[in-house]
Amino acid sequence: MGSTYWWMLLGMAIATYVPRMIPLTILDGKELPPIVSGVLRNIPYAVLGALIFPAILHIQDDILFGIIGAVIAFALAFIGLDVMFVVIGTIAALAVYSLF
Amino acid sequence: MNTTFSHGLKAGSSIAIGYFPVALTFGLLAKTTGLSIMEATAMSLFVYAGAAQYMALSLLASGVAPWLIVTNTFIVNIRHFLMTAALNEKVEPAPKWKKAMYAFGITDETFSVLATQKNRQVTTAFTFGVALIAYSSWVIFTAVGHVIGANLPQFLQQAMSVALYAMFIGLLVPSMKGNRKVVLLAAIAAAIHCVLYYTHLLSTGWSILVATLASAIFVEILYVKSNKNVDRFTEQKEEN
Repeated sequence: MGSTYWWMLLGMAIATYVPRMIPLTILDGKELPPIVSGVLRNIPYAVLGALIFPAILHIQDDILFGIIGAVIAFALAFIGLDVMFVVIGTIAALAVYSLF
Repeated sequence: MNTTFSHGLKAGSSIAIGYFPVALTFGLLAKTTGLSIMEATAMSLFVYAGAAQYMALSLLASGVAPWLIVTNTFIVNIRHFLMTAALNEKVEPAPKWKKAMYAFGITDETFSVLATQKNRQVTTAFTFGVALIAYSSWVIFTAVGHVIGANLPQFLQQAMSVALYAMFIGLLVPSMKGNRKVVLLAAIAAAIHCVLYYTHLLSTGWSILVATLASAIFVEILYVKSNKNVDRFTEQKEEN
């Protein structure tokens, strides 16, 4: 791939790191207006919703695969299992499903 | 408890498991794209952004210009700007160089784990723990993937593709219980993202950013308004 590849890698690294770093260092210790910090505190839950759907439905060509995965993960989480067991349990269930 | 470095390692271990199949597959794909093990592992080492790395592979394979790949990387990762701004409300105050260091380790997954911790604040040590174990898994299994390739049985590879999403669900659900605001936030963001995704209006990176921000702002305004009404109601009552 040669030196072009490494220059591209440097560009990608900067393009990824800068948006991650700027808010944490620039906003450091600054008091934000209540509405802004309210919105920021909402972000984690909103972002989880957007990350899960619709992506989980399309992890395989078979859409049923994703639906079953989602239902099982929600069920395992609702009964109060730790994150780790939600992950392992869902993988196990889908492994069984894809064997049949 | 979630204060020390080792608590962070423990909390991040589910990310490490989730990254395993994704990084393994990345390593394998990088090999088939023609990258050497050094080049593939270096991308995970220096860029550390799953979606952007996968995209870069497919763009490299189709001969797209490097500067366009860099631009795409930026667009896909711009959502992390929002996440680190939100995270800044949650982490304990620390010297800028420390925050600049762990900022490198903020991904969708590490952000989710950190931001959903029950304590009001997360410590710097805990943050480093979560970031380090996730990063190690990503880099190591990229290299392993390049070496061993697709030696994992096919049915297991398929099943493991659900890992990261199952983790997101496992993090979200406990906060949803008895909290209508959280349910609303997640449901509205998911709905907006679905609309943007199926209409192809925006690329995934922008779509997640827009859906998240729109939902967070909308719900906040909704709650501020209804709280104000409640305040006014109680004030009137007291006056009477």
